[in-house]
Amino acid sequence: MRDARGDVKRPIGLRLWLSGGWLSLLVLAALLAPWIAPQDPLAQDLFTSRLPPFWEAGAEPGYWLGSDSLGRDVLSRIIHGARLALIVALVAGTLTCVIGTALGLIAGFYRGWPDRIISRFVDIWMAFPPVLFAILLIAVLGTGLTSIIIAIVVIDWTRFARVIRAEAMTQGAMDYVASAQVAGRKRMGTMLTEILPNVLPTIIALLTLEMGIAVIVEAILSFVNLSISTDSPTWGGMISEGRTSVHQAWWVLVFPLITLFLTVLSFSQLGEGLKDRFDPVLR
Amino acid sequence: MSAFLEIRNLCVTLKGGAPILRNVSLSVSAGQVHGLVGESGAGKSMIGKAVLGTLPRALAVTRGEIWLDGVDLRTLRPAERRRRIGASAALIPQDPLTALNPARRIGPQITRRLVDILGWSRADAEARALELLAEVQIPDPDRVMRSYPHELSGGMRQRILIAAAFAAEPKLIIADEPTTALDVTVQKQILRLIADMQARHGTALLFVTHDLGVVSKVCDTLSVLYAGKVVEEAQMRRFFMHPIHPYSAALLAATPSYKDPDGSLTPVPQSVIDQVEREVTDHDRRAGL
Repeated sequence: MRDARGDVKRPIGLRLWLSGGWLSLLVLAALLAPWIAPQDPLAQDLFTSRLPPFWEAGAEPGYWLGSDSLGRDVLSRIIHGARLALIVALVAGTLTCVIGTALGLIAGFYRGWPDRIISRFVDIWMAFPPVLFAILLIAVLGTGLTSIIIAIVVIDWTRFARVIRAEAMTQGAMDYVASAQVAGRKRMGTMLTEILPNVLPTIIALLTLEMGIAVIVEAILSFVNLSISTDSPTWGGMISEGRTSVHQAWWVLVFPLITLFLTVLSFSQLGEGLKDRFDPVLR
Repeated sequence: MSAFLEIRNLCVTLKGGAPILRNVSLSVSAGQVHGLVGESGAGKSMIGKAVLGTLPRALAVTRGEIWLDGVDLRTLRPAERRRRIGASAALIPQDPLTALNPARRIGPQITRRLVDILGWSRADAEARALELLAEVQIPDPDRVMRSYPHELSGGMRQRILIAAAFAAEPKLIIADEPTTALDVTVQKQILRLIADMQARHGTALLFVTHDLGVVSKVCDTLSVLYAGKVVEEAQMRRFFMHPIHPYSAALLAATPSYKDPDGSLTPVPQSVIDQVEREVTDHDRRAGL
């Protein structure tokens, strides 16, 4: 009577624990930045410049991961940089997801002329090299947090639109969609009640992936100095500054790089793990 | 007695112009079961889909009338047509594994039509759904209402779909090969269940299948289809005693029998296939296709 799949217990798994753990840590750091950062991230002091991390000779207490060439504490700057990275990830990721998913659902489920218009737009959009497109957009919009978010949304909605369109098309051919239509459901209602819940796992996986991408794009833009003004700490900005002094002070480059790497990796792993958990057939 | 569903000269074509259904006419009265038989690709399912308005995008009804309860559906506007079909017709689909939405619980999938079209209150609809689940012999209907489709077996799901089809007391049910996806032991139960429900509710039933054995058990009348054309329309008893068209006779002869397991598998002879093919071409020429 009862299918065994319903009784499968699925442990949360190392992947979800590690990625979720790192991201929670980051969220905490971002929220509590002013209280937990050991130093003022902007305070310059040439007497404490290029201090090595704590395990090397010549390290100073209070500068756990060393300091950069202007004497600013690397750890404090990473903690404060997490704020910007997470704001961009959440806001840009969510907006991209909502816009891309809506267009993808409409294209994939309604087909006909809405699909033709949306799909042609996606094709044209994807022909632009994304980073150059972003730089161009920032040049037009001017630098600043809002511009970065707009740039990411404008570039990346196509990722959602394409994948969700394909999923909606597969779902639209299912018998339960036909049944809903026979039962007199309006098309919009059918789309929201029959199709959307079934593409949700994909949406979640894409959303977390997109958050990782948003963090990268922000870092790239700060690296080329097109993000927020240089006095607010960003990971991309730190990597850019650290690059120039990598032979004298490798830690200025390496620690923000590791943070960025772990964050993007965690986002994508979290998405994979959540996708499995939310899959209705495996639930 | 006038027929509840009457199809007259229905033509469905692929958007490129290739005909799928050729001047199909048939009728089903209340309390009657009409069988639609034919090979794969003969257009059996397309008749049901044309009636319910769920034809694939690439197909369109080009000619003919579909009278449902005294109204020609093709003259109605889409919204009104949807409302009418939803209120008086229902579908028992072929594959119970894809016919229930995997992301939603069973309960709302049965009550949907009652709440949406007939405007019942949720509580009434749920009470009715429980009653129906008991009627299709599902044990522990309370729990089943709260289950997801993947927690239930194929036979259970087909019973649920039957319950859902009968939920709003439709006057017409289209069963599109309802037993094909099930294994043989369950097929028989499901068939009996459909026949019982149909008799008890006095519904008109259009039964699509390629299994003449199934037809002989449940149907009162039947149409034999070949390449979208009705080759023969007959009363059940007469058809099995004296099929008129050679193609029907060949189909009957091709049906395997338990009594004669060695000699019973006779393929349809080429001469008969040539003859129906000729009839189809003749029909197309006369219709100017």
